[in-house]
Amino acid sequence: MSFRASALGFAYGLYDATFELPPSGFVTIAGPNGAGKSTLLGILAGLRHPYRGECQYRGVEIRRWRRHEFARKVAFLPQSVKLEFPFSAEQVVFMGRAPYADGWFESQEDHAAVARAMATTDTLAFAARDFRSLSGGEKQRVILASALAQEPETLLLDEPTTFLDLKHQLAMYRLLAVLAKRMLIVAVTHDLNLTLRFSDRAIVMEDGRIAAQGSPVEALAPSLIDRVFGVHTELRDGWLVYD
Amino acid sequence: MNRSIWISFAILLAVAIAAPLIGSSHIELRRALAGASPDHEILFYARLPRVLLALLAGAALSLTGVLFQCLLRDPLAEPYTLGISSGGSVGAVIGICFGLPAIGLLSLAGAGTALLIVLWIAFEGGRLSSFTLLLAGVTMNSISLAIVLFLHNLASFSQSFAISRWLMGGLDAVEYSTLAWLAFAVIPVCGLVIARSRQWNLLAVGEEWASSRGLSTTTYTVLGYVAGSFLTGIVTSLTGPIGFVGLIVPHALRLKLGADHRMLMPCSFLLGAAFLALCDTLSRTVIAPTEIPVGVVTALAGGPFFIWLLRSKRRSLWL
Repeated sequence: MSFRASALGFAYGLYDATFELPPSGFVTIAGPNGAGKSTLLGILAGLRHPYRGECQYRGVEIRRWRRHEFARKVAFLPQSVKLEFPFSAEQVVFMGRAPYADGWFESQEDHAAVARAMATTDTLAFAARDFRSLSGGEKQRVILASALAQEPETLLLDEPTTFLDLKHQLAMYRLLAVLAKRMLIVAVTHDLNLTLRFSDRAIVMEDGRIAAQGSPVEALAPSLIDRVFGVHTELRDGWLVYD
Repeated sequence: MNRSIWISFAILLAVAIAAPLIGSSHIELRRALAGASPDHEILFYARLPRVLLALLAGAALSLTGVLFQCLLRDPLAEPYTLGISSGGSVGAVIGICFGLPAIGLLSLAGAGTALLIVLWIAFEGGRLSSFTLLLAGVTMNSISLAIVLFLHNLASFSQSFAISRWLMGGLDAVEYSTLAWLAFAVIPVCGLVIARSRQWNLLAVGEEWASSRGLSTTTYTVLGYVAGSFLTGIVTSLTGPIGFVGLIVPHALRLKLGADHRMLMPCSFLLGAAFLALCDTLSRTVIAPTEIPVGVVTALAGGPFFIWLLRSKRRSLWL
């Protein structure tokens, strides 16, 4: 068991959410704009507080975790990162090592973890480049590498493919599916077909409440999509086809 | 990488040794060291204290510039953005208008008051975000400026001149005891700030970014704001607001060294000191015996250099 929430709520946009998440696998959170997806993810990441009800990670309330210890377990990827200053891609990845060190210099382990994370995300080629000069897809991979450098057991992603083209969207989801074999991936997404195709479990939200959860095929039943999104769909050969 | 710090240190050393020997009247080092008049007095009572003040002020202002730019994630932030120095100016101008002694202490009191007011405005439910900090600081600046203008308007001619001179900022020879306590206050705080460089790196990206990497953003934002304000307040109580140092030195170095605060902060500290001492030497010598206010020199010498740097590196800036 990783996260366990019961009657979880937030000042605005989240009510009475109850769920349990497994220690590994690919979980997606879907729903219309303003349904509370990002709020929920923010609470799981320890960034939104105070929350109502209970929300535990490994049996400990999220508010009780020490921040740097939590950061060794759970990493969070924002939708995008805008930098004002000329950090190189590699320096951005190295920031993922912050929960492990408060010294001045990076350790051997830090270098090893950064090299692994950059190899996994295929970002070594532009390690020395100014982060701001990278394309949207490259930036997203560098941010992912920075989160992986935290060596977390859980990865939370807020719409990781918003700014990516079709090819990079697919590549990102394939990579997340591979990572989900050994860690928990929780991603907020708008793409219901990618959810169906790649995730093990889906949570659908509507007006701050959980409307359905379970296997993607169950949770994303055309009748529910019709009600929640107001869009008529059909399931054909395992793909949702929009009217 | 450490080479940059050594080079900065060497430049600082060269400037610190050369600056007291240069001035409007020629002195001989041997005579000055032997205690011969007037070389001895010129070196040890006119120039050296002033150069030391310039070094300390330059170091503190340029480090504070880096720190505030990072905290606010705003490349245009400078030590005077968050209301502290204008609070200090209110204290000083009140002192001038009412003929009170110890203008420096009044300025310090004004800066401290401004700091407390800004913190009080910006804190919200036990948390502090850099955005509310910026709004509170900018508001504080406007209010302080209004008070200064109001008092200036009421002041007599000679008071008015004194007020203008204060607001321009400038370096004067001060007592060695004053320098000693200034060094005692400035250097440890600067060391404390520089020691946290890795944490500033995280905050320079963003609050959520830092928070999800285990940093308590409120603690560090308050720590950075109070440390920077302390440095700015204490320096401006002796020099008035000297502009541009906290903007140009950090930016020039960022173009050269990148954004990693572990390089940027120590080099800004060292070269900020060298830069202001250099500008002060220019201000004493260019149209000697008349002095140019050092704030004018920092802008006139620094500005064109900065424009050149900006133009030659524009393509790699991604602005």
